[in-house]
Amino acid sequence: MSRHTTQRLAFALLTLAAIVTTAPIVLIVGYIAATGLPAVSWEFLTTMPRDGMRAGGIWPAIVGTGLLTAGTGLVAVPLGIAAAIYLAEYAKDTTLTRAIRIAIINLAGIPSVVYGLFGLGLFVLFLNFGTSILAGCLTLAIMTLPVIISTAEEALRAVPQSFRVVSISLGGTKWQTIRRVVLPQALPGILTGVILGLERAAGETAPILFTAAAFFLPQLPGSAMDATMALPYHLFVISTQIPGMPIQIQYGTALVLLVFVLSMNLIATVIRARARAQRQW
Amino acid sequence: MTTPPPAKITIERLSVQYRDGTESLRDISLSIPAHQITVLFGPAGGGKSTLLRALNRLNDLVDGVRVTGRILLDGEEISGPGVDTVALRRRVGMVFAQPVPLPMSIRQNVVYGLELAGVRDAARREWELEKALRAAALWDEVQDRLDAPAVALSGGQQQRLCLARVLALEPEVILLDEPTSGLDPISTAKVEQSLQEIKRLYTVVIVPHSVQQAARLADQAAFFLQGELVETAAGRELFVTPREARTNDYVTGRFG
Repeated sequence: MSRHTTQRLAFALLTLAAIVTTAPIVLIVGYIAATGLPAVSWEFLTTMPRDGMRAGGIWPAIVGTGLLTAGTGLVAVPLGIAAAIYLAEYAKDTTLTRAIRIAIINLAGIPSVVYGLFGLGLFVLFLNFGTSILAGCLTLAIMTLPVIISTAEEALRAVPQSFRVVSISLGGTKWQTIRRVVLPQALPGILTGVILGLERAAGETAPILFTAAAFFLPQLPGSAMDATMALPYHLFVISTQIPGMPIQIQYGTALVLLVFVLSMNLIATVIRARARAQRQW
Repeated sequence: MTTPPPAKITIERLSVQYRDGTESLRDISLSIPAHQITVLFGPAGGGKSTLLRALNRLNDLVDGVRVTGRILLDGEEISGPGVDTVALRRRVGMVFAQPVPLPMSIRQNVVYGLELAGVRDAARREWELEKALRAAALWDEVQDRLDAPAVALSGGQQQRLCLARVLALEPEVILLDEPTSGLDPISTAKVEQSLQEIKRLYTVVIVPHSVQQAARLADQAAFFLQGELVETAAGRELFVTPREARTNDYVTGRFG
């Protein structure tokens, strides 16, 4: 075979691989959109389910997922960023910090259902929070933390060391240096990690299955100690637990969840692209 | 012979050792007079930068550095534990070999140190800003674009900005670590001219980027070789009539 033929063949194979990997995504999104879109209406988005969830809307599930995501962020974001600052800026390279890093990497690989069981044991039963938004948020936060910590730490480490030395040499304390130079520069990277972590929290079913999610509730949750409906769990329920469920409602719900998660992804992408364009180093 | 000027900094038997056991400075004693330019020169790896970084305690940022001996600033020890290094670094400013403008505007770069020091008075900051930029011979070039990002400046302008940033803090001592190594001859001349002017107000310690520059600037010169201070002399003496053969070999270009 001539070199040109080899090149053309390789190029064709690589293109094929790219198509094979992206085609299912396009097909899935396309199919969900096509099947679900007819069900999505203002009423669908803003009313309670009716007739054993076979009609009406998914409002409480949307609210629930919003609350769970926000609550998770409230817990995981400050904690995660603080831990990342400690690891990137303060911690010396000791056996302890190495152990912490290994733990974080391994935590990121734990199946989400294990987090769910852990949350059930610790928050729901031992701490007696019951099946509640609080227990769900704490469980999701623990699941999200490794993602936030490792991306935030990476973003902090990417800030050139020379900035720190200059700031210190101008009479800055360590904290002044972090707050005024390092954090602002690392912020876009940190935000990207935060959003990707929360996006995962928004879409997961298993961690909230035993800790927060309700099959059906006739009204919206009134406090953090109430259980809540949530989009991913609601989708699971209406897809498997209810006979005679109209397929449009199933796909409509899936579409809403997908848009919820993809728009978070989009925000992260925009932040990253903007920061890269403005970066001065 | 005139009486020697009063010492701003006194270095007594200073040794610096890195964690891997390499000795960067060995038993250095040196007196740095006020309002003069002291030049620390010699081939790379001689310990000149380490000495500069001992004077403002930047060596503290490196893990496992061991410092023995003493450094006195106006008779007060600054090398031991328990020294307020933040306050020290406001008195002993530093300009680095590579200009590193902080990722902010020209104005913010210059007033950064003042803000850190808690200077809230905006009028005073503006006053210091102009004074520092004028002293660094940069004011005429940037006065119309103080809010432009500092990275937009040329390399030579950036280095003068870094000098202005230090001057704005009104330190007592200014350390310069090969400040002109990345600059063209014209920018270098501008920086050197600024140094000649600011030494009236400050004590200047510089690691030059060439023997020629060392000879141009020196009120006092110290020759360093492999962590050792070979010899010290006032003015241009070291470059004309060095006592040590090693100094002579270096300044005449036989090695280095």
